[in-house]
Amino acid sequence: MKSTTGIAAALLIALGGCANTGGSTASASSKADKQPTALAAGEAPFASTYRAYPSTPTVVRNVVIYDGEGARIDNGSVVMSGGEILAVGDGNLAAPAGAIEIDGTGKFVTPGIIDVHSHLGVYPSPGVQAHSDGNEATDPTTPDVWAEHSVWPQDPGFSRAMANGGITSLQILPGSANLMGGRSVTLKNVYSRTVQGMKFPGAPYGFKMACGENPKRVYGGRGRKPSTRMGNFAVNRQTWADARAYRDNKDHKYDLGNETLSGVLDGKILVHNHCYRADEMAQVIDMAKEAGYNITAFHHAVESYKIGDLLRENDICSAIWADWWGFKMEAYDAIPENAAILQNAGACVIIHSDDENGIQRLNQEAAKALADGRRMGIQISDAQAIRWLTYNAAKALGIEDKTGSLKPGKMADVVLWNGDPLSVYSRPEKVWVDGALLYDADDPARRAVSDFELGQPGAGDVK
Amino acid sequence: MSALTTSLRAALLAGLAIATAPLAAQTYAITGAKLITGDGSAPIENGTIVIQNGKVVAAGSSVAVPAGAERIDAGGKYVTPGIFAGFSRVGLVEVDAVSGTNDTQANSSPFNASIDVAPAINPTDTAFSVSRAAGVTRAVVSPDAATSIFAGQGALVDLGEDFDAVTIPRAFQFAEMGERGAREAGGSRAAAHTLFRNALREARDFGNRANVRGGGAAQSEGQRLSDVSPDLRMLESNADRPQDVLLTRFDAAALVPVVQGQQRLLVHVESANDILRTLDLKKEFPNLRLVLVGASEGWRVADRIAASGVPVIASALNDLPASFEQLAATQSNIGRMRDAGVKVAIGMIDDNDAHQLRYASQYAGNLVGLQKVPGATGLTWDEAFAAISGDVADIMGVGDRYGHLRVGAAGDVVLWSGDPLELSSTPERVWIDGVEQSLDNRQARLRERYRTPQEGVLPKAYER
Repeated sequence: MKSTTGIAAALLIALGGCANTGGSTASASSKADKQPTALAAGEAPFASTYRAYPSTPTVVRNVVIYDGEGARIDNGSVVMSGGEILAVGDGNLAAPAGAIEIDGTGKFVTPGIIDVHSHLGVYPSPGVQAHSDGNEATDPTTPDVWAEHSVWPQDPGFSRAMANGGITSLQILPGSANLMGGRSVTLKNVYSRTVQGMKFPGAPYGFKMACGENPKRVYGGRGRKPSTRMGNFAVNRQTWADARAYRDNKDHKYDLGNETLSGVLDGKILVHNHCYRADEMAQVIDMAKEAGYNITAFHHAVESYKIGDLLRENDICSAIWADWWGFKMEAYDAIPENAAILQNAGACVIIHSDDENGIQRLNQEAAKALADGRRMGIQISDAQAIRWLTYNAAKALGIEDKTGSLKPGKMADVVLWNGDPLSVYSRPEKVWVDGALLYDADDPARRAVSDFELGQPGAGDVK
Repeated sequence: MSALTTSLRAALLAGLAIATAPLAAQTYAITGAKLITGDGSAPIENGTIVIQNGKVVAAGSSVAVPAGAERIDAGGKYVTPGIFAGFSRVGLVEVDAVSGTNDTQANSSPFNASIDVAPAINPTDTAFSVSRAAGVTRAVVSPDAATSIFAGQGALVDLGEDFDAVTIPRAFQFAEMGERGAREAGGSRAAAHTLFRNALREARDFGNRANVRGGGAAQSEGQRLSDVSPDLRMLESNADRPQDVLLTRFDAAALVPVVQGQQRLLVHVESANDILRTLDLKKEFPNLRLVLVGASEGWRVADRIAASGVPVIASALNDLPASFEQLAATQSNIGRMRDAGVKVAIGMIDDNDAHQLRYASQYAGNLVGLQKVPGATGLTWDEAFAAISGDVADIMGVGDRYGHLRVGAAGDVVLWSGDPLELSSTPERVWIDGVEQSLDNRQARLRERYRTPQEGVLPKAYER
């Protein structure tokens, strides 16, 4: 017992760190002198050890390019070298020495697809109880937990997300049982022996919040607060008030949860708030103003279309499905034109999955949302729809300077599709991450098989 | 065609539907169609289909248009049978998490096999109108297991906008025989098989002494399909039974048509081994009319499924080891089974099966796309469309009447804006039993109300 406590204390010390938000970003707290840490100054706890895999300079020519920022180039070329995008353009861009030349005739190139809402690793396959690590459903606010400590890097879902969905980066969030579910982690979709080996270098942390039915159901069902929506807000507001006091008053014991909340208040940790109903989102916006933090994105947000103007004015993205509806009361008013109406209102749209199957077809979800918009007379370009799952997603994760569009100097996270990615008939043909070819439909050796699947029936099969 | 025209027509139709009773069946002739018949054959270019008195009276390339028919020029667009959802729970639930609206399962019922979903199917559920607008016109509707491996008796329904949804009640019995079955049976697959054998033996014994209408003798296919009559002992009060029975009288009676082969038995299994052990049941109960549901690992034993003659309603895109019974799941499953000679259709077990029947066309399209992936096995376009129309009807034994555009079949017809399997396409007009349907629903109403989010001269609540 005593030694267990000692280990826990040691862990806490290690966890304290300098509250660095993940890599190159600055400290989330100014009270470095009070932090119980054994790390050197500037050293991040659980720091990313991801390194780009070796790459060969590659040029894809004669290809249709959606650049991720809303532009389309027909008969274009993409040049990758040294793990970065070297050039994107039409015509005959010069190839670096020794470059592999790929004829992309009839094919399409997009930036690597990014899912801002995934539970791969924390709710992995197989979905057995022993793997259920996504909700620390023991307290309505658990800002102290970090999703990366639950991620199982052998989840077979990562490989499907790449092979069928072209996913190169993704945010793993805690679940939505709690009002404050904990820190998220952004990963490169590259298998590693360790979670640290998957962590996106330099990505800021996210913070998962949830409003509505889930927290009040989970805790109300146990006779605990919150059991109502007003209870949800009461618990949240008090927690934020306490966090402000913590941040502004140095005379206190180091607290893991308040360190994360301080990071949010300081704008260094990005808030991703699960919220379905329009009226509730409007309340959360006011709560954030009261507490003094910004909301980066409302997730699921099936009623965003009712308040597109409000979301635009507050610069909040809506991370949404194309057409999920009806699974619970707060999803009753979902409509397939949500994305298009939001886009039309000038608000930020992101297509997300929240699902180990949906993450394999984000491109198809965007295509459906696009078509539903056009049918109601909202004209949105194909290239803009691709932006919903690339640049806009990267921006919400705070990594838009590194990935999410095909711009020189950015990471060469690239998908070559065997047809228009907005067609049901198209699939990724090749996927590069930091210029390294990590999926190739034509090469079984470029197909990841997680430890779990090795030696199992169907291992290495086309999935 | 412009979106405006389409939505105008939808709005007009909606108005008509509200102002009057559902449109009466009249004679329609759709000409100039890219006609898909639903049996997997190639499209008929410039085809014509004639619907009269609710049924298809002609379909093909050289068809005369009868006098008085409303003539519709498809202009080369696709005209297909309506989508037949291969496994669903449509009409059994409005909002999954609102228990009062959720009739998919009954955790506290004393009954299992005798549960008959027909009276619970509510055609005013929003999922009916949403699915109809996506071109789904028929569905297999199954109860969900709760206290036994036997979930109860499912129905075939149409998605028309009237109160008569049930086409065939008690069309099948549904049973769980994999991980889920093990749990419902008390904790092991062995217990599930024991429960199954005991139940069917009790039913056989019950049936041998039966006064089922028409007796225990084999009935013709037509008799079987029209409606499996309840065992008369479900209508009387005589409770005499031998000792040592586990089934209630109702449940035993409900399984009589299963063991006698008058009613299909849909069995949900995923793993290769569970599939084979389920097929083995036919040795002991030779009259069983089995249909496998799910069957994620079917490709591993595809030759043996084919040899058994048992058809499969499979999940299209399962490719994750979501459980230990799906370790070998792959999107190539359906294509490989089909190549091995298995009759296979697409269903949606435990996958948005009440609300998202409209995914059927997307799933089928994905299997077409799979053909382009080296090493994978997909379906041709013609096969894929059959897997969500004619093949479902064939497997459920109603291929002569539904799922196909053939003479004598129901007038379940969809005129599409484009390729029905493509994400950008949508139905422009839908007929069920020859009656043109409204494509309106509350999602469309919300869309129109919030076309611009801002409030106008009155609150949004006044816009409708």
